[in-house]
Amino acid sequence: MEKRRRLGRGVAVVGSGMSKFGMFKDRDSKDLFVEAYRETLSSVDKGMDPQDIDALYLGNFTNDFFIRQGHWGPLISDVIGLVPKPATRTEGACASSALAIREGVFAIASGFYDIVLVGGVEEMSKRSTEEVAEGLALGSTPYEGKIGFTFPGVFGATASAYFAKYGANREHLMNVTIKSHNNAPLNPKGQYKATIRDLMQAKQEKAREKGLDVPEWADEKAFLGDSSANPEVAWPLHLFDCCPISDGASCLILVAEEVARSFTDDPLYIIGLGQGSGKGLHAKADLTCFEATQYAAKEAYGMAGIEPKDVQIAEVHDCFSIAEIVHLEDLGFSKPGEGYKMVEEGRTRLDGDKPINTSGGLKCKGHPVGATGVSQVHEIWKQLRQEAGPRQVPIKDLRIGATHNLGGTGGTCTLTILERR
Amino acid sequence: MEARPINDVSYEKYLKEEKLMGSKCRGCGVRFLPPRPICTECHKPEMDWEVVEGKGKLVSFTCIAVGPPSMKEEGFDRNNPYCLGIVEVDPGMRVVARIQGVDARNPETIQIGMPLCAKFLQRGEGETARAVLAFEPA
Repeated sequence: MEKRRRLGRGVAVVGSGMSKFGMFKDRDSKDLFVEAYRETLSSVDKGMDPQDIDALYLGNFTNDFFIRQGHWGPLISDVIGLVPKPATRTEGACASSALAIREGVFAIASGFYDIVLVGGVEEMSKRSTEEVAEGLALGSTPYEGKIGFTFPGVFGATASAYFAKYGANREHLMNVTIKSHNNAPLNPKGQYKATIRDLMQAKQEKAREKGLDVPEWADEKAFLGDSSANPEVAWPLHLFDCCPISDGASCLILVAEEVARSFTDDPLYIIGLGQGSGKGLHAKADLTCFEATQYAAKEAYGMAGIEPKDVQIAEVHDCFSIAEIVHLEDLGFSKPGEGYKMVEEGRTRLDGDKPINTSGGLKCKGHPVGATGVSQVHEIWKQLRQEAGPRQVPIKDLRIGATHNLGGTGGTCTLTILERR
Repeated sequence: MEARPINDVSYEKYLKEEKLMGSKCRGCGVRFLPPRPICTECHKPEMDWEVVEGKGKLVSFTCIAVGPPSMKEEGFDRNNPYCLGIVEVDPGMRVVARIQGVDARNPETIQIGMPLCAKFLQRGEGETARAVLAFEPA
């Protein structure tokens, strides 16, 4: 029997922060989290005593593998002075911190806690690209990992299937990359700050300085189509179709709706939560969609009592360019097979009717996997509260935003819907 | 047939013996590859081993230029990518596998839908010996 999901009591976000995302050889998980935590505390309009926090839920995926240290809940709880209060780590591959949000919401909605800190952290850049590929592949199924599948490989196979089914091609993927990079310079927290055009000019400048032949490209797509500038990673995906390897942390303060106004006059309410699980590549009847996202979306829209068209702005899990296109379809923002057209028509740009990944997305903001889910909510927090500065979307009466997080090969997908009232 | 437990350890042991084995539900007759220990159609737990013929067609693929260290050890890198695919051996029965005998440097030449047949790549020695499932053009 289908049941509309609801919370026992309302839950609101009253604080949000994130560290800078990037590759930081001289930083670690603890100090990245502290950076996010400090910003989070100072973002609470009316202030908050950290001693009032009841518990921590923390998303982390691969620190065990990358830096040979596990059990991150109490480590982070200790560094911010929360011990002996409970700390729980959540793991859902690249959707780990979206699960932390859910657990935090459930803990408050049940009446058990009033104030909960949720966050995520990941430290990835101290390993080689090959080792990172191997570590992330821990989130795929054993059948995939054992024959040499990487995450770019999984999404490469998704793209090949999508191209064959719908007639899209590499140029349609480039539209996603160009759009993400256009948002990049507007996000000071992001890993990449350059547009594709900036990168083209930088390459030309470098060649000129070295006295080499200066490469010429007719436009951004010519640059992205040049395999010396944009080498293949996992066909048909190339370097600029893939998000980078990143370090970073993110944090939110969730409170019971009845106490939200004592922290801010402008809280965001969690009105929709959805989570689905999915099968490995071999068991998917259709390689061009994610069953787990579709399930999560149905659950979250049902709980919120809204339709996809009511979501005014969204952060979606663009670990790869093809992923963003597929998510647009699975989340109901476009019909199946038409997500690439929505991007081509400019509808997902900052000034489009459905801005997607205004933060620059995983592609440009960076993807410290365990921190991503919470950092997506941070972008919606900024946008809905009209605090996004130069990347503030020009939508009138901006009220409803959503975040979509995907883990593994689609094994864990979530949709979280937030409302400003 | 001997009563090996229906799990991934047995599945891989069969691969090493160059046999492709799935499972079949005693209740509704649905077959699964790789083998499932419980039927996800009728939810009955009684399953039997089922020999699967190693013939199929390519459903989708990728050619990986940046692989994990284990693939690097096999000699694959940016200049020598490897092809992986999803192969349908029967309607609803698919496996992921290495795809050999195709030009991974020129992925445009690889055709979705192409007929394939299975082969077993023996890797490692002694304790670490294992077989990797591969397919090549039929």
